[in-house]
Amino acid sequence: MKILVCISKTPDTTAKISFTQNNTKFNGDGVQWIINPYDEWYALVRAIELKEKDPSTIIHLATVGPADTDPIIRKALAIGGDEAIRVNADSADSYYVAAQLAEVARQGGYDLILTGKETIDYNGSSIGGMLAELLDLPYISLAVKFELSGTTATVTREIEGGEETDEVRLPAVVSCQKGVAEQRIPNMKGIMSARTKPLKVVEPAAVDTLTSIVSFELPPAKAGVKLVPADNPAELIRLLHEEAKVF
Amino acid sequence: MSVLIFIDHSDGHVKKASFEALCYGAALARQLGTTAEGILLGTVSSDLSALGHYGVTKIHQAALEALNHLDAQVYARIIADATTATGATVLVFSNNVNGKAVASRVSARLKAGLVSGAVALPDTANGFVVRKNVFSGKAFANVSLNTQIKVIALNPNSYPVREGEGSAEVVPLSVTVTPRVKVVSTTQASGQVPLTEAEIVVSGGRGLKGPENWGMIEELAKVLGAATACSRPVADAHWRPHNEHVGQTGIAIAPNLYIAIGISGAIQHLAGVNRSKVIVVVNKDPEAPFFKAADYGIVGDAFEVVPKMTEAVKKLKGMG
Repeated sequence: MKILVCISKTPDTTAKISFTQNNTKFNGDGVQWIINPYDEWYALVRAIELKEKDPSTIIHLATVGPADTDPIIRKALAIGGDEAIRVNADSADSYYVAAQLAEVARQGGYDLILTGKETIDYNGSSIGGMLAELLDLPYISLAVKFELSGTTATVTREIEGGEETDEVRLPAVVSCQKGVAEQRIPNMKGIMSARTKPLKVVEPAAVDTLTSIVSFELPPAKAGVKLVPADNPAELIRLLHEEAKVF
Repeated sequence: MSVLIFIDHSDGHVKKASFEALCYGAALARQLGTTAEGILLGTVSSDLSALGHYGVTKIHQAALEALNHLDAQVYARIIADATTATGATVLVFSNNVNGKAVASRVSARLKAGLVSGAVALPDTANGFVVRKNVFSGKAFANVSLNTQIKVIALNPNSYPVREGEGSAEVVPLSVTVTPRVKVVSTTQASGQVPLTEAEIVVSGGRGLKGPENWGMIEELAKVLGAATACSRPVADAHWRPHNEHVGQTGIAIAPNLYIAIGISGAIQHLAGVNRSKVIVVVNKDPEAPFFKAADYGIVGDAFEVVPKMTEAVKKLKGMG
């Protein structure tokens, strides 16, 4: 079993969001960067669990980003995985990233490709689907449970107001979210061994971008909370009905 | 150069998010001076021609039972083929569970620019620029789609549904399908509004002290016709089921009204609810960070405040 886990670098959840260059670029000054939580906590950890069950499993990590992505991919290797591949390019848009990852996947011949359900910066939720299409593979999105039996995966996915359990023959692409695995903290052994694990840097394939970001905007500041005295909840209901008109 | 709208359904019913997508797509077609058509894969119990009320002139339907469950690969192929056959230049999906899976595949298949999480109609004055949520609701990006065919996945609850007149012609699509994903089972909470489709959500946190105290949350939700939700610690402690967990690791929602009771408002929680149009916070701690993100609030004991809110709603609605 050979698994590819796609890793993205994102600003920390608590990072202050601001923009530079006339609101066309994210302002990374003073921002702490992390592994996209869905990639780390769910996709990567589930792959590690599968390797713990079957030690012959090989896990590769792939990311698209310039050299400053290396600390993130090393951190991912400290949690687990055998080697990493970094495509040396800026992640220009989701299609560009998916096409680069598809190239990595074609070279590696993987049985299973895992991604997080979305990145917490662009919230596109589109890499897994694009990757599956480019590789002509089945895609199961928003998995909350993933089990493997031979070459058949049983995946429970979120649907509106419930869950659906699917069976699919590998190879396949699965996007992961909470429920698939539990977050792990890298231990000292992992951190030490990550330093010597291979991190292969490959140059990007020639791929077009399909979209571009014209500008960013911050939402208008909230007017501030209107407080209603605790002894008069009926006034709150009146305001919601007559002023906010939400019911 | 028409607009083609993907109509998602389950249990024989068109989803609310798809009515939004239909209205959005129809408005976009008017803006572009063209027509809007729908595409539905599978079967529903209602009369599809009535979807004309939402502004579409045609519904392309592949009426196969096998299509009632999503296989994103199969769906993407049929929709991409229909796009080519109808000459559509804009594809509209809801950015809901199925929409996300299919829109991304169709985008890659047609090499058509995708914007997922759109919150407004495109600006077509100079190019084709669509506004979307980024950074988990903390900012917007204006994204230019630079390809001839464009794919838009519209965030649920960000475009109003308006029903008008009209009838749609139902055109059968002849397709052959060989799904590679086999559906083994589905579980669906019955009789409840799915969280992502709810216009009002009442949510409880650790301040409620235990699962035995959820009765008053459910009461308030019931009189408001709302869905219930919870914070992460509550789901992790198994006070409430995981599918009620809203926040960054749970479900992201954008209802018209979000009422947070006994939730302090950690940044991870806010990331899942900050797109709500109106936020109400009830918390006995005046320093709770949630008040900074709220529109209305009560600093007080939930156990006293919430039953009174329920009473006030009942009175207002004449529910005695």
